[in-house]
Amino acid sequence: MATVLQLQPLTAADFKGKVDPDWCPGCGDFGVLSSLQKVLAEMNILPHNVVTISGIGCSSNLPGFIDTYGMHTLHGRALAVATGVKMANHKLNVVVTGGDGDGFGIGGNHFIHTIRRNVDLLYVAMDNQIYGLTTGQTSPTSRKGMKTKSMPYGNVEEPINPITLALAAGATFVARGFSAEPKHLANLIKQGLEHKGFSFIDVFSPCVTYNHDNTYAWFRERIKKLEDDVSYDSSDWHEAMKRGLLWGDEIPIGKFFQRTDLPSLHEAEPLLDQGEPLAHRELRIAPEIVRNFITELM
Amino acid sequence: MDRTFAVAIGGAAGQGVATPGDIFAKIFARRGLHLNAYNAYQSIIRGGHTFLTIRAGIEEVTCFGDHIDLLIPLNQDSMDRHIGLMKANAAVVYNSDTIKPGSLTQAQLCPLPVNQLSKGSRSKVEQNTLALAASLRMMGVDFEPLAEILTEQFMRKGSKVVTENLDIARVGYDYAGANFQPFAFPLPMSGMQYAVLSGNTALAMGGAAAGVKFYCAYPMSPSTGVLHWMAAHARSAGILVRQVEDEIGVINMAIGAAHAGVRAMCATSGGGFALMTEGLGMSAMMETPVVVIDVQRAGPSTGVPTKTEQGDLWQMLGAGFGDFPRLIAAPTDILDCFRLVPEMHNLADRFQCPGIILGDLLLSEGRSSVDPKQLNFDTEIDRGEMIVSADPANGENGYKRYKITESGISPRAIPGVPGHTHTAATDEHDEDGVLISDEFTNPAKRRAMMDKRQRKVLGIEAAVQPPVLIGTPTAEVTLVGWGSTSGVIREAVAMLNEEGISANQLQIRWMVPLHGEAIVNILKSSKYTIMVENNYSGQFARYLRSETSYVPDGCIRKYDGEPFMPHHIVEAVKEQLACKTHKTQQLSVPVHEIMV
Ligand SMILES: Cc1ncc(C[n+]2csc(CCOP(=O)(O)OP(=O)(O)O)c2C)c(N)n1
Ligand code: SF4
Ligand SMILES: [Mg+2]
Repeated sequence: MATVLQLQPLTAADFKGKVDPDWCPGCGDFGVLSSLQKVLAEMNILPHNVVTISGIGCSSNLPGFIDTYGMHTLHGRALAVATGVKMANHKLNVVVTGGDGDGFGIGGNHFIHTIRRNVDLLYVAMDNQIYGLTTGQTSPTSRKGMKTKSMPYGNVEEPINPITLALAAGATFVARGFSAEPKHLANLIKQGLEHKGFSFIDVFSPCVTYNHDNTYAWFRERIKKLEDDVSYDSSDWHEAMKRGLLWGDEIPIGKFFQRTDLPSLHEAEPLLDQGEPLAHRELRIAPEIVRNFITELM
Repeated sequence: MDRTFAVAIGGAAGQGVATPGDIFAKIFARRGLHLNAYNAYQSIIRGGHTFLTIRAGIEEVTCFGDHIDLLIPLNQDSMDRHIGLMKANAAVVYNSDTIKPGSLTQAQLCPLPVNQLSKGSRSKVEQNTLALAASLRMMGVDFEPLAEILTEQFMRKGSKVVTENLDIARVGYDYAGANFQPFAFPLPMSGMQYAVLSGNTALAMGGAAAGVKFYCAYPMSPSTGVLHWMAAHARSAGILVRQVEDEIGVINMAIGAAHAGVRAMCATSGGGFALMTEGLGMSAMMETPVVVIDVQRAGPSTGVPTKTEQGDLWQMLGAGFGDFPRLIAAPTDILDCFRLVPEMHNLADRFQCPGIILGDLLLSEGRSSVDPKQLNFDTEIDRGEMIVSADPANGENGYKRYKITESGISPRAIPGVPGHTHTAATDEHDEDGVLISDEFTNPAKRRAMMDKRQRKVLGIEAAVQPPVLIGTPTAEVTLVGWGSTSGVIREAVAMLNEEGISANQLQIRWMVPLHGEAIVNILKSSKYTIMVENNYSGQFARYLRSETSYVPDGCIRKYDGEPFMPHHIVEAVKEQLACKTHKTQQLSVPVHEIMV
């Protein structure tokens, strides 16, 4: 989906936003922001051709910290807004960022349906297994038993598995990254941007302030890169499901699944498949077509 | 004098009330007759009771009226419900094999021995075609127009089906000629030819005329017709139409598309609108225009999906938290549904705020004749202050999306334009779009941004004309209505004047901006003011009072799910005028006599 322009090479600094991030020192979200800036620069995508869209949450503040067109929308609604943006101008590169609460809690319905539509955008969920901005409540990905301000006696509910959920919903690109593995993450972001269709990257992005269970050390002990297993075939959906279910002493990160045989929504839509983006089309309808509309009524 | 002719067809859902209804409507409109049609139905696909009234006349027909000249009951139930209401010069055409006339009536009974006429075939469609043809004969309509329409209708099914239908129509037509008394006045004709459309079709076409390029919705009666027209015509009109997972998604997707530069629109009914309210605030805060159509049905909650009401006004006024500029208008008839949409888009674009069109089932599923010349697709399009390409004069670095201006309007750059990157946020922000809501909270900046957005309200007020009084200013009684009641009030006013009670009408189309002062100035000189509303609590009366302290002398309200009929208003006005000396406000709640 990338609009690549070979002018003078861009650098990550070209994507520096108007203000510096207000995240807590050590927050995992820094790693996601810098990886994204780095990849956009590397791919030479001009800032004005990117729309970064988020919901609400610490992680969702990201559009304010990157110089692209940005939309900081409502809690949970970024994917719906992003679908509208992409349909109105399919030449734009659309990146959606947000948190686990935003994407899998309040926005869960849009998550499933945006996947199903295979909207050509990159969705990076900064999954810290907690509600950060609202000062530490249980999230849909909080582990069972975890104690938070909203569940002080421990979470009795099972968490959502974003990877298998995305796979089951029919996602065409599913990956998991870790914000403390910036090179690996940047590589996933690059592949996600290049993928034609819905690309989902669930990123472990530790909340150093409110989540004392899932810390950097906790993840570091467990993560294992799928790329290190040469036998792993990311075009095998069933195998992706199997690996996606792994959670414990070993937690895989990397690209779980990708298929490239399905058209994205704007490619499947004849109206968009050919021609200019809708946003730049003539507003008036040709008189002979209007005449038909009216004749039908007579 | 009432020079109209009304046909009513009653039956169970699935019995095919719609087809003969459409055929009557087409024949009337092609004859140059105006018409107004209303279908009373229920939320079931089979069974229940459906009652379609089509009223036609040489002059504009503004409502479905009080009387039925011809009844076609397709089942016993329809006969039993309506026969008592038939007048002496009316007629009832029915299948005498399956339906008995029952209770006494003054109307001419026209039994059709359907089995005998259709040679033993028991197809219910034959019953309908026979009745249709017999009725047209009695109205003095030639066979040709019917033959033409039946041919158009059945062409796709092959010439054999066409011939069968023409044959059976001919039998019915001739049988009526030989056995039934024709109506005293044959149906008139004019040199005109009209289009027939529903309010939903008009709203959708209005969107197409406005240059809407993105339409999305989640199905909800009685607004679904907008989606159906849009979907069916999407490819030829160049409109991208999406069915979304829920109404929250709908408004967010529409705003996303609008933000990227297209005109975007969506439609729903009260329940779906309730889900959209957070999005409405987003449109206001990001200053991204969006047009939402709310087609009211009887509430609260799931309410009565197939019945009409004007019960959503306060939801529209209060939707979304916080103060923000918005536009709300209620179309006054089906043609106005078409006209209002481009008007609303122009204002929403100019003032970069949400625009709400407040329709209702009466208009959205009702039908009316419209002079095709009135369906003007060359209407003005004003996209407001929008930056769609890089202009060196705009400066590379100086762009501020939320620049503080005197009008409150800040030029809007759409994504993709070089040199204008910015973040649009639902959090409060500064001129640059940088958040000031949490970390950088700053009372001075917050106030400046609120003032900036709210300044648009002045521009909005100036952009919309205040309402005007229709009729003689010195009338004995002034009827005030809003939106869809325009037509029925117009007829009630005419009836009152004919009876020697001078009446005039003030119909409100714009709810926001309201022009309260102008309204009160008109009403101040009215001798007796009655507010007519299709809801329980007098939502408009309460709104006007909250804005202006004005209190009317009386109210007429109806909240049984059915629209007003002219006599409901006329009788209530007479009652109220008879005890005008009462010091307290009078309230009439007319009873809907027809059980549908
Ligand atoms: C409709 C709505 N409900 C609740 C909130 C309050 N709220 C803001 S962010 C948030 C949760 C954030 O958690 P997550 O999405 O995981 O983001 P994080 O802060 O952890 O990055 C909530 C509940 C809101 N802004 N809007
Ligand atoms: S609260 Fe947690 S998620 Fe939010 S900025 Fe701080 S560390 Fe990051
Ligand atoms: Mg979180």
